[in-house]
This record gives sequence, structure tokens and C-alpha cells, in this order.
Amino acid sequence: AFKAAVLIQQWYRRHVARLEMRRRCTWRIFQSIEYSCEQDQIKLHNFFSYLMDQFTPSSSKERDFISRMFISGESYKEAELEKYCDYESIEVPDSYTGPHLSFPLLPDHATALLEAFQQKQQLHARYVLNLLHETRKHLKQLPNISHVSTCYSEEVTVCGDLHGQLDDLFLIFYKNGLPSPSKSYVFNGDFVDRGKQSLEILVILFTFLLIYPKEVHLNRGNHEDHMVNLRYGFTKEVMQKYKVHGKKILRMFQNVFCWLPLATLIDQKVLIIHGGISDTTDLDMLEKVQRDKFISVLRLKKRKETSRKPQIQAINGESESGTDAAGVEAAPRLSLQPQSAQAPSTANRLEFSRWLRQTVQEQIDTCRRLVDISESEPEELTYSSMVSLKDADEPCWTRQEEWKQVLDILWSDPMPQEGCRENKVRGGGCYFGPDVTEKFLDKYSLQFLIRSHECKQEGYEFCHNRKVLTIFSASNYYEIGSNRGAYVKLGPDLIPHFVQYQANKTAHLLTMTQRQGFLESAFRALREKLFAHTSALISAFKSYDRDNTGKITLSNWATAVESVLRLGLPWRMLRPQLVRSTENGMLEYKSWLDDLAMEQRSQEHIQSSLLEVIYRNRSNLETIFRIIDRDHSGLISFEEFQQTWKLFSSHMNIELTDDGINDLVRSIDFNKDGNIDFNEFLEAFRLVKQCP
Amino acid sequence: LVAEIEKKITEAFEVFDRESNKTVDVREIGCIIRSLGCFPTEAEVQELLTKIEVEEPGGFVHLGNFLPVMTKVLLDRRFQPIPEDVILHAFEALDENKCGYITKEDLVKHLTEE
Repeated sequence: AFKAAVLIQQWYRRHVARLEMRRRCTWRIFQSIEYSCEQDQIKLHNFFSYLMDQFTPSSSKERDFISRMFISGESYKEAELEKYCDYESIEVPDSYTGPHLSFPLLPDHATALLEAFQQKQQLHARYVLNLLHETRKHLKQLPNISHVSTCYSEEVTVCGDLHGQLDDLFLIFYKNGLPSPSKSYVFNGDFVDRGKQSLEILVILFTFLLIYPKEVHLNRGNHEDHMVNLRYGFTKEVMQKYKVHGKKILRMFQNVFCWLPLATLIDQKVLIIHGGISDTTDLDMLEKVQRDKFISVLRLKKRKETSRKPQIQAINGESESGTDAAGVEAAPRLSLQPQSAQAPSTANRLEFSRWLRQTVQEQIDTCRRLVDISESEPEELTYSSMVSLKDADEPCWTRQEEWKQVLDILWSDPMPQEGCRENKVRGGGCYFGPDVTEKFLDKYSLQFLIRSHECKQEGYEFCHNRKVLTIFSASNYYEIGSNRGAYVKLGPDLIPHFVQYQANKTAHLLTMTQRQGFLESAFRALREKLFAHTSALISAFKSYDRDNTGKITLSNWATAVESVLRLGLPWRMLRPQLVRSTENGMLEYKSWLDDLAMEQRSQEHIQSSLLEVIYRNRSNLETIFRIIDRDHSGLISFEEFQQTWKLFSSHMNIELTDDGINDLVRSIDFNKDGNIDFNEFLEAFRLVKQCP
Repeated sequence: LVAEIEKKITEAFEVFDRESNKTVDVREIGCIIRSLGCFPTEAEVQELLTKIEVEEPGGFVHLGNFLPVMTKVLLDRRFQPIPEDVILHAFEALDENKCGYITKEDLVKHLTEE
């Protein structure tokens, strides 16, 4: 009997170990896919760089189309913003049964909102806009770094990423209590995107912010940024919920986001920022930057210098009004190529220089918009002031340096190794090591940092010798059962106390089948990724199959897959879930890839290589569509679609005939008058969830 | 073949390597060994650990020390999987009343008795 017990124990332990291994691998899969998605953002920027620097539009139509892409929103001066996003004229009908807000807000309004949202009601657009206007007014008075003190016996509760998961916010309030004069809160950014109730979260947070301005503090996160919102769901959510006034509301949010403070300091000892720090983070600089100038922190990085020099030449060319065509040819290739269709004949010099000046001005505007400066700058920026901001009394920091400070705060991640290096995975910010933390804390006499930005299984995690605390408040972030959320309370002793939770109550009692579901979805996502790289994988496999037998060893399979996908995953561990049948340790790779393809719901009449390309670039394509779709209707015209696709494929060096594009478009349902609902289009390429 | 085994061991190790510095907590070693397909008893795991240098303080095992020992384990095919019928016999042995099941309490009793 003893022997039997031991055997069972052995067997059971092995079973548990295997599950644990799978769970960790799954975690890794989700993380690496999430971050590689953020890497897509880099590709998108490379695409825009390419358009800006190298692409030669072959017609004025193309040129206009491209510049439209860069004009991400009309710029409004403050008064214009108030006028455009006016709410007073919006009537609230009698049939409206949701909560009514009046200003100044009172605690009753907050409770009314909480109840309303619990019952899935929606706040009327008029009140949303009103709230946003008041929030903006309030935020403008705040410094870049908020100061909080835990005098007497007050505790401060710090929450991390919420990502539109309203249930988690409700849980936090339920467990910890609502904000009040005796209950301070700091919310550390990333309130929106991914989850479906970002709007409700913002409304609630802003309401409490206005009712208890001394007790509630909000930090900006990297997702409080309209460029990121275009990709990750907030824009879509607002437009779906507010079909008539959505655009105004988005515009207001865009403005409110850039007025959010960048950091919070508790008792001068604990710094709370969303992402992290870098070896150049300078709190003095951060305190002085004009934070509202950073509407979107994501922007093109390279070729700032070179793209300007030709501009200078062009301006010089223009000031000498008698410049001949040679002066023009020295200009950047992008748009100062005079097309006979556009430019007036050079015979008429006056006309010509007028045209030139206009084009150059357009280009400067485009540049300006690209770097997202001066959307509400009161004075006109001259060309030279774009390069550096010189203020009589202030030190001469360049916009570039200030921008880096903000970027680092919002996007950086800690790493175990010493040093500080570029965060290539996310495409912004740095990886900072324990030595950077040490130096930073020393320099400003701080005790430790609190940050968020990364999902942690237990909702929180220490690193750098307990000097950096990551707090993450969105439970079940990847999938049901993936992780807990947490918040941290600090008293005057500044010793952290954690409370963890998981929104789906039964989540931690997940049955075997439910946990399987979580694991399954990770593998499904992985298989989709593999499919999206079919051609690259085939070439990689072929390089191991010199004799053209159609088979490769599993070992080579693992090496090849890693070299193509670069996700840093333990492929040999994952292999049993990804490769079903092998023969003598060899894999028939072609049929394996075919099996992968069959899993994806596809349009059969589109060439498979095209399908692959679309899959691979799906999120970028979606973002570009949303940028083009300036009225956020979800529709773009057939022509715009074609143009987009043509530009994109020329950049990606994809061979595509006109027939190819036509086939592609024909397979999509046309709504009404030749407009394409790109939501439908992209939906067609999403994986079908396999029925259990 | 050895290279392939080493790659596999390294992969499994890295999944548990929290700080990406080629060390894991000594308490995870059992898990790693088992996820590589072995079925050792606790006693066997402990015995294996005596052959691997454990760094104090904190009890960490370095990949460099783990790799050769584990490679040998896999090459020698030690701690083979238990076939299903053997496990079935094991359960039957504990099922004194021959009713086709054992209760949780019984199982706990047997597993914790020495």
C-alpha cells in the first residue's frame, strides 16, 4: 500500500508540474504577443516615415491623400475648442432615463453614476461633454507632478492599469470604499483601451476628481493618447456609444488626456509614474515642461535633421523670387517635385513662387503636425523655433529632450540587468536596470517607485530589490483566470499593504476545463501568428531541408520558428500543442502549414499569400483606416481603400496586381454607395472561435 | 542528440527563470524535472539536488550546474513514466473495499502516512 501511495504521489506531482509549466508558457505567449503588437506600432511609424521621406507621389491626388493621413485632427485654439465641443446646445430629451449631472458636482452625482453604470445605462452626451469641459478646467491648474501627503493617519490607495474593465473598478470601490475626504486615491494611468467600458471608467474617475480634488489624483498613462486609442479600442468604443456626438467627445478626451498630470509624489518619498524611468529622467525638467503640448507621444523618430535641411533650401529658394527650376529640384523628393499638372508654368515667375511658397508652407504644416507640436500654440511658430524652444529665462531645452522625458515616464519597463537601453519591444521608452533606479532614488532622496504598465500574475510585483513596485489593477487581463488585479495602500509609514482580487469570482476556482480554455486561447493566438508568417516559415524550413524531402527534424522546426517569429518562446516545450503528428521525429512541414491555414476562416477566392499579408498587418491596416476615416464613421470609400492598399503594399514591397486588389475588394460587402465598412472587412479575417 | 536535449532542458529552465539571469529557485527544480517528462519521487529529487550545487543564500540553482546533471538523467532515461495500468493497480491497492473509488480522506491518509 505504501508503494501504491508513493506511485500515486509521483504521478500526481508530475501532472501538477506539467500544468504549471503550461500555465507559465501560456503567460509568456500572451505577453510576447501583446508586446509584439506594440512593435507593430514601430512598423506603422516606419511606414509613415517612408511616406514622408521617400515615397514619391505620382499625382496630386496621391499627395493630397498622403497629407490627409498626417492631419490627424484639425487644430483648435482654446476658444475654438470650446465652441466646437459645445454642449449647451445639446438638448436632453424627456425620454432620457439616465443620470443628470449639474455643476458643481456633488457626491450624490457620483453614486447616481455608479448605480446607472451598474445597470448598464449610458450618460447623455451633453453631460459627458460638460464633464469633460469642467475636468479640463480643473486639470489645467494642476502641476505636472501632483503632491500628496499622508499626514496624520491618512492612507493613500494606489491603483494601476484598469484598461476599460469597469468590473475591476467596482470591485476596488467595494473592497476599499469610495473616494472621500478620508480616503485618498491615486490612479496610475491606462484607464482606457482593450476593455469595453473605458468611457464609464473615465466618467467615474473624472467625477470623483472634481468632487474631491484634494483626494483624487490621476496620472497619465501611455494609453491616454489618441494615436494609441485609434488602435486599441477606445476610439471605437466612443463612436459606437455616441453615434451623433462621438467626434466631439473624442476631441475633448484628446485634449483632456494631455492635461493629465505626469506623476504623483507621496510625502516627497514615493514617486508614482505609469511606465518607469530612464538614466536621463530629470524631475526638474518634467516639472517645467508644458505637458499639454504632448498630445501624442508616439511620433516619427528618425530623419528629423535631414528632412529639414532640404526644407531650408526650399525656403531660401523661395525668398529669392527669381529662382529657377534648379532651386526647386534641390527640394525634398516628396512633394516639391513639380508636376506639370500642378505647377504653373515657370514662365510666370510670380505665380510660380506663390505656388512654391504655398507648397512649402503646406510641408511645414505637415512637419509640424507630425511632431504634434503647437496644435494649440497661441503664437505662430517660426521655422527655427520648431527646432528649439528658446525662452528668455528658461534653460534652452529642445523639444526633443522634453519629448524624451515624457516618453520615458510613460513607456519604460524595468529589467533585471544593469544599465539602460532602448525599449525596442514597445517601440518607446527604455528598459532600466537596478543601478538606474538606485541612482535616481538617491538623486531625489526617494524611497521607492510605484509604476504600472505591465500585467503581473498576482496583480503586483517588486523588483530591483524592492525599490520598484509594479501595480496592475485589471484582473483577468489576457483571459478569464489569467491574473489577479491588485491595489496598494500606503500609510504614513509608507509600508505597502496589498489587496488582491479577481473580477470573475469563480475564477480562482477554475475547473480543469475552464483553465483549458485559457490555455487554448493562447495557442490559438499563436497559431494565427504562425499562419501570418507562412511564407517566411516555408523558406526557413526549406533551408533545413536541402534534399527537398518535405520533412525536417523537430529540432530544426523549433529553431526555424523562433528565427521567423522572434517571440522568445520555449518552442520545444510548446511543440506538442502546436504540432499534432510527427513521423520518426520528423515533421512534414507543408501539410502542417496547410492545416494551420485551414483553421483560419478565409475568403477562398483571395490568393493565400495576400491573405497572409493582411493577417500579418491587420492591426496596422486597421489603424491606418481609422486615421483616414476622419469622421469616425467606420466607412471609407472604395478609392481610399485602394489608395491605402497601394501605398501600403509598395512600402512593404508586396507584389500586387490591380486584379488582386479588385478581387480583394469585391469579396467585401459594399454598403450603399461604394463605401467599405472596414470593420466588416477586418472582422472577416478574425479567427473563428472553435466551439468546445 | 545531446545538443537537442540540452536545448530542451535550457528552455524548460528559462520558463522558471524569473529574472532572466540563468538561475531558478531550488524549490522549482522538481517542477522543471517533471515537466521534462520524468516521474521522480520527492526523495529522488532531493537526491538529485545533492549532486547539483545550490547557491546560498536564497537557495538558487544555476543553469550551468543543472544542465549536465539533467542531461545525464535524460540520456539514462531515469525516472521513467508510470504506465497507466500500474497507476490503476496502485489505486486498486488502496481501495480496500474494492468499490471502485477511494475518498479524498483516505487518499490523504495514505499519502501522508509514512
